[in-house]
Amino acid sequence: MTTKLFGEPVRRREDARLIVGKGRYLDDIGSNALAAAFVRSPHAHARVVDIDVDGALEVEGLVAIYTYEDLHGPMAEPLPVLIPHPQLHAPRTGYPLANGEVNHVGEPVVMVVATDRYVAEDVCDRIVVTYEELPVVVGVDAARSATHAVHAEIPDNVAARHHQETGDVEPALAASPHTLSFTQYIERSACMPMEGKGVHARWDDADSSLRVYSSTQASTSVRAAIAAKLELSLDKVEVIAPDVGGGFGVKINHPWPEELMVPLAAIALQAEVKWSEDRREHFISSAHERQQRQEITVGYDDDGRITALDVHIWHDNGAYTPYGIIVPIVTATQLVGPYVLPVYRVIVESVYTNTVIVTPYRGAGRPQGCYAMERTMDRIADALGLDRALVRERNLIRPDQFPYDHHLTFQDGRPVIYDSGDYPGLLDKLKALVGWSAAEELRAAAAERGKLLGVGMAMYVEGTGPGPYEGGHVQVLGSGKVLVSTGLTSQGQGHETVFAQIVASELGVPIEDIEVTTGDTRRFGYAVGTFASRAAVMSGNAIALAARGVREKALRIAADVLEVDPGDLEIDNGVVQVKGTPGASMPLRTVAVVSNPLRYAFDEAAKQATQFARPGSDDKPPVAVGDAPGLEHVDYYSPIRSTFASGAHAAIVEIDPATWEIDVVKYAVVHDCGNVVNPMIVEGQVHGGVAQGVGGALYERMVYDKDGQLQNASFMDFLMPYASEVPDIDIDHQQTPSPLNALGIKGAGEAGVIPGTAAIASAIEDAVGRRIASMPISPTELYDLMRNDDSELTAACARRSGTGAMA
Amino acid sequence: MNVDTERTITLTVNGIPREATVPVRRLLSDALRHDLGLTGTHVGCEHGVCGACTVLVDGEPMRSCLLLAVQLDGASVTTVEGLARDDHRGGQVLHPVQEAFRECHALQCGFCTPGFLTTIAAGLEKRDNSAELTEEEVDDMVGGNLCRCTGYANIKKAVHTANAAMRDGS
Repeated sequence: MTTKLFGEPVRRREDARLIVGKGRYLDDIGSNALAAAFVRSPHAHARVVDIDVDGALEVEGLVAIYTYEDLHGPMAEPLPVLIPHPQLHAPRTGYPLANGEVNHVGEPVVMVVATDRYVAEDVCDRIVVTYEELPVVVGVDAARSATHAVHAEIPDNVAARHHQETGDVEPALAASPHTLSFTQYIERSACMPMEGKGVHARWDDADSSLRVYSSTQASTSVRAAIAAKLELSLDKVEVIAPDVGGGFGVKINHPWPEELMVPLAAIALQAEVKWSEDRREHFISSAHERQQRQEITVGYDDDGRITALDVHIWHDNGAYTPYGIIVPIVTATQLVGPYVLPVYRVIVESVYTNTVIVTPYRGAGRPQGCYAMERTMDRIADALGLDRALVRERNLIRPDQFPYDHHLTFQDGRPVIYDSGDYPGLLDKLKALVGWSAAEELRAAAAERGKLLGVGMAMYVEGTGPGPYEGGHVQVLGSGKVLVSTGLTSQGQGHETVFAQIVASELGVPIEDIEVTTGDTRRFGYAVGTFASRAAVMSGNAIALAARGVREKALRIAADVLEVDPGDLEIDNGVVQVKGTPGASMPLRTVAVVSNPLRYAFDEAAKQATQFARPGSDDKPPVAVGDAPGLEHVDYYSPIRSTFASGAHAAIVEIDPATWEIDVVKYAVVHDCGNVVNPMIVEGQVHGGVAQGVGGALYERMVYDKDGQLQNASFMDFLMPYASEVPDIDIDHQQTPSPLNALGIKGAGEAGVIPGTAAIASAIEDAVGRRIASMPISPTELYDLMRNDDSELTAACARRSGTGAMA
Repeated sequence: MNVDTERTITLTVNGIPREATVPVRRLLSDALRHDLGLTGTHVGCEHGVCGACTVLVDGEPMRSCLLLAVQLDGASVTTVEGLARDDHRGGQVLHPVQEAFRECHALQCGFCTPGFLTTIAAGLEKRDNSAELTEEEVDDMVGGNLCRCTGYANIKKAVHTANAAMRDGS
């Protein structure tokens, strides 16, 4: 048996329970709890004139009804602006229940608590809310025009004007041999985890304590928010993220109104109360992401090298800004990708609309930034008649330029300094993997079959593992069991496995002896959360440091007992032994026992640690000054700045010129996330990300009508990929370790989704010879584009006989 | 019991006769989860699209969020909890599909997994597994269930792995 498991495709430890139906998701908890349901606004923008509950009071099983009038103190104030920023000059957040005005369909107005969910919804149906409708703003262009205002006191609808620049862009553009300008759009999608949000709360009146389960990505911060809003001492609140059925970002925003209202009811009613979000609620009251209008001007030379880039983006942030301007900042700073940009200016105006709030969805602004930069590369190549890969190659940061400082400020408030990478290496591998040089032959072969074939690519750099910190606790018990915990949460990424692999490798114990707990404030109170591809980087390194602390202590104690030098000891398979000397050893579990001097022997093992059994000097206290009982260690990892992963994707599409159906026939991924803890899990992350990337490029779009009604708020109408829509994915790896952390790892969670829209847009454009400037694109939209005499032909199309003519 | 709004039903769940008094409007998914305590069946959309709630009714995959519990009076239902069989020593022997999902990393968050497992188990048990399993067959088998984590590649791989195990074991 080996304990050197770092880098191995270890099978997941969480699967044992999940494949037999023994997972414990939010709605599996509290089968006897009272159920909460919400009356939500049917209007996108309205004043709440009256709430009449009289008709609901007779419903058998009704327990309580709450409106804004029932909220007091901090609960009557707006929800927090989680991430304040000086450029967020007009932040707005909603209330736990609407305070006189609603700003999107789905905003909670009334909470009902009843004996079960069916009854609670009966009650909701009988509550009559009278609204006075107000003008509605839908979409970035309507927000920009500011004919109407979402919030009356913000007449231009602008929440923030985020601005960064690395030089004087206007003279640089004026001095450029060539410039081109264009405008493009990207639409709204959403995380859509298979499990919606949910909250279960129970109040122990005798103990004055609250336990909350929430399907969240940030249990420690939910705990702090509940304590603050409900005016409870932090030590009287515990929050646990149980098994969570996917997150992808939407569960990082908090506190959701329900995360406050359900505990409020549990305390008031002295009962268990639970709310499980249904699918329609998730569509209209959780969060979306991605809609932007991008205006881009680029200067470049005859070789296609960029001389200056000027980007102005309008970002739709929905009705409120609880998550600050993180998505705009990420777009602005990650847009630069793997390229040298001598002068760069970016302005992102974050605007209000009467739609569901916008908070991070896997990629969190990066797919939009990648779409802006990569489509710029394609346009330069097209204008100069150069190969798209060659133009990229000429602009890449070279391996000898690291650390590379972009002179920008990232979402963590730290500089965008790339720590390591090999971008030409990525591009070479990608070209080989997808068969880039054979594209014309493939195109000709497809034409023989009456199909239009196109190839596209996109590269990205992803800042992962932002701080401020995560922590880890490792404890060896007298039984030999090793308890590991971190406050960061899990939503299916396999943390129980990868953190156990790290501890097995660092400590030299069998993985079977290790138990990992995440996202439970009872076990670890200090944490930030799971987002920005940070779990392996942040908690992985913190846990590694904690394991090293345990190892050092174990060696010290064992050295005392064995009367050897700690440097002569090693831990192998759970046994501390003298290197190269068989027999001179003690099991780690025995070290754990003697690490805790005892007065009382409660079992056989404990006898070894009692006062008359334990050797020791009469001149020293049983626990040395500065030492502590127990074989455990807590440590934290707080990085100086983010570590930057990278990758390159290519897509080959085939388009049927009769139906304009777009088929992704090949998808290639080259991925670099530094050292890999578990390659099986990393590949799984890439697969899932690519599926979401393909969905975002071709299928998924939140369709609002002009009244702010979401027209496709169901799985029938919002088209997420089934197996039939996801192409086979070829993956190649490159590993450039991060110099910033002990394990040399970079994040992997979001990478798969980032370049999908850009690469597929590029491939479609290559196939049809018409400019693709709005994504996602459906067969109908492509048909319309091909039939529109005004649609722009690419220069490549004009050079290549036949392609454009197939319209 | 108000006979206008409630019924007592008997059904066999995972081989065990069960009785429950349920409101006539109670969905099978809710009855399984909340009345019978079998929370392995998950509800992802409540409108029959995602397939997470799929159970086997008399051996056929059905969406328990589209059935009323009272419709199941007298029926035999298999949920994810019933896929493994008991061994002789008080433990359980996993269904080959369950083994294959773990081996192939065919699940991440695990929420959609019970619906895939029941659907694939029924699909593989129904077929003559001496015949070659084609990609088209696999696509058909998994094509009605949504997964947001895996991108399906490993789920399809698991179908092949399970089929091979069932063929070799049968």
